[in-house]
Amino acid sequence: MKPVAFEYCRPDTLGEALDLLKEFGGDASIVSGGLSLGAMLNMRLVRPKALIDINGLEELGKLEAGDAMIRTGTLIRQAAAMNMPELMSGVPLLQKALPHVGHYQTRSRGTLGGSVAHADPSAEIPLTLVTLAGAVTLRSPGGSRDVPAREFFHGLLTTDRRADELVTGLTWPIRRDRTGYAFDELAQRHGDFAITAVAAAVTVGGDGNIADLSFGLGGVEDRPFVAATAGFVGKPATAETAADIANTVAEAVDPMVDLQANADYRRQLVRVLGARVLMAAFDDATGQQEAA
Amino acid sequence: MLRIKPDQKQRVTLTVNGKSMAGYAEPRMLLTDFLRHELGLYGTHVGCEHGVCGACTAIIDGAATRSCLRYAVQCDGMEIRTVEGLADADGTLNTLQKAFNENGALQCGFCTAGILMSSTKFLQENPKPSDAEIRDMLSGHICRCTGYEQIVRAIRQASGQ
Repeated sequence: MKPVAFEYCRPDTLGEALDLLKEFGGDASIVSGGLSLGAMLNMRLVRPKALIDINGLEELGKLEAGDAMIRTGTLIRQAAAMNMPELMSGVPLLQKALPHVGHYQTRSRGTLGGSVAHADPSAEIPLTLVTLAGAVTLRSPGGSRDVPAREFFHGLLTTDRRADELVTGLTWPIRRDRTGYAFDELAQRHGDFAITAVAAAVTVGGDGNIADLSFGLGGVEDRPFVAATAGFVGKPATAETAADIANTVAEAVDPMVDLQANADYRRQLVRVLGARVLMAAFDDATGQQEAA
Repeated sequence: MLRIKPDQKQRVTLTVNGKSMAGYAEPRMLLTDFLRHELGLYGTHVGCEHGVCGACTAIIDGAATRSCLRYAVQCDGMEIRTVEGLADADGTLNTLQKAFNENGALQCGFCTAGILMSSTKFLQENPKPSDAEIRDMLSGHICRCTGYEQIVRAIRQASGQ
């Protein structure tokens, strides 16, 4: 349970970090919080030639708020994010998801960007970013590019990031009017990897019907994704519709099988948690309208 | 930029419980192993070594977090608080330790150092936590002896509730 011998590199600037990525190609691992990578290093599931520690790059720890988006630097710790009022009120789905991320002792060190770069299919932060149609910013010596979150995750621990690129930030769309957000998951113990996680962002029109719907699933397939639900736009935002959506999606998914759960069990979780989360999002959306 | 070769031993200086201490570590040396084998501080325990059990939790640079998922070379110059820093020099237990003692909140003691360090930081941030908040914090630790109830009681008592 000790890692292989590796070279330790701590760049002082983003330029130095990118030079190191070029030098080592795919043989380097980038560490921010190290909560996921550290475990894999200790178990020798990854055997890098070099560890590039980006914790000294202060420029990656900033939050920038725009009119429609908030951009979080990759190094913002999960616990720190929970204490950023602008981010929590601007992105309510993230506020609802973060308490499910690991534990008090891991959120204090784990970062928003690290979780996304690591791309565990059951992780909450990637699921939240995908559900909201956010984006991932990548930097390489050649420049910077933004990848839509829905295209970033390719599969288990696999993303669109090239070996010479660094995830520098995440872009979160700010809450929309008449829109409700909800998140829930089932794990063996609170904070453990979710067997299934569900996130929803639903806009409900003045007529009480669904105007826009984003229904995200984590821990079900090999990456977080939004289910195909376009057929339900225009339907009433009721418990019956919530159950209809969840049942339809549960039939369409192709769930992973592991030691914790078989495919039928994950389908059942999509039905039960899905209906619950959709209903909570409907209530959140209509509650705001009543309050206003 | 700092670069340390895989087999190179780097001098690492930490402020541990207010005292400056130094030793040598190659890049892959875990902070837990550095504390125990280089600095001789055996209070921090090594359990799962993949961040799940919580036994190795220490307060590192102001955050209660896993010392098995950190490398000693990452922590050069940082301030670390470990379980050795809780009691007075004459061995008098602090309020939290006393509460654990009085409530039977430990049996074998393997998980205790980590739980004490988490709770120390947690109570600084949240001096009057609810039981639900205590349980949420404790979910980051595995104890196989006491069943947690006594631990919740001890933390509540330490918070003066």
